Amino acid sequence: MERKKDNPIVSLVSRTVSPFIMLFALYVIFHGHYSPGGGFQGGTMLAAAFILIRLSLGMETSQLQFKSSWATPLGSAGVLIYFGTGLVALLFGGNFLDYGFIPFTGTVAENRSIGILCIEIGVAIAVMAIMVSIYDDLLKGSPDD
Amino acid sequence: MKIVNYLIMIIFSALMIYASLSLPDRGDAYAVLNKEKSLAQTQNAASYYIHNAKKDAETENMVTVILADYRGYDTLGEETVILTAGLICFLLLRIEKNKNGKKKR
Amino acid sequence: MNWEIEIVLFICLLIAAFVSLYVKNLLTAVITLSVFSFFSALIYVAMGAIDVGFTEAVVGAGITGVLLIIAIYRTNRRSSD
Repeated sequence: MERKKDNPIVSLVSRTVSPFIMLFALYVIFHGHYSPGGGFQGGTMLAAAFILIRLSLGMETSQLQFKSSWATPLGSAGVLIYFGTGLVALLFGGNFLDYGFIPFTGTVAENRSIGILCIEIGVAIAVMAIMVSIYDDLLKGSPDD
Repeated sequence: MKIVNYLIMIIFSALMIYASLSLPDRGDAYAVLNKEKSLAQTQNAASYYIHNAKKDAETENMVTVILADYRGYDTLGEETVILTAGLICFLLLRIEKNKNGKKKR
Repeated sequence: MNWEIEIVLFICLLIAAFVSLYVKNLLTAVITLSVFSFFSALIYVAMGAIDVGFTEAVVGAGITGVLLIIAIYRTNRRSSD
């Protein structure tokens, strides 16, 4: 996408708003136990914050914030966090994805609660990385030039 | 040809409205799905979740418990679908140029 | 009770859908599609499904608009039919 001259208002506003979007996204992820929200929504909002910076400041500047080559390893790492949580439960004697057997703390119910938090972090990382990756691919790979 | 399109649209929407008239009301306590026991006198899944979600996992939000705990396999599959979509976009769309101007995948 | 709100939202939803179908400028069509997503998110919230409404607002009105606008800039801006 060819860009015209840099508009100072657009760049200033997007740089100011983006950290607040990220903060609200982290609130949505970690407060998903008590309020609507969770991994998918929070991850998509994180991706929206990154894409806002990418749209307004251009590709070269935003590489300092989030490199394009990090996207695929981070997405795989998110799925591996999810899978590994289930696998740890398998190692400690339960079924696959049976979080009650993971010895975090105390009782079975609290173990399940912390297990839900772990897999939501995995979902959020994977969704964030994949959304940014799709944006980069659409912008970069033009078949003509 | 356009008249046929509009006719098909009107007939289809009339059919959908007629079909939706026999659905139960939203939040109807006496509908079959919302009762405590199903028709075969076994416990419904929804009432089981409502009674036991807080007890099983110490989490207030019932939707999170259903998505991540009771239906963990589904969320794992959804995760894998998203990762596969991203990887396919990566393989199909990303074409980078070499230093001598040649395209490479 | 709140069926009046839902009827107003449904009428706005229908108007947004028809505008996004029949407009010639594709950029306007994408923005109207975002409006459609936002109204459907409001309908979900009015019906009590807050999680679904949240997901619809974030994905439909946020990410999909950006991706479709990039696709339009890669191709033609005017609709051919």
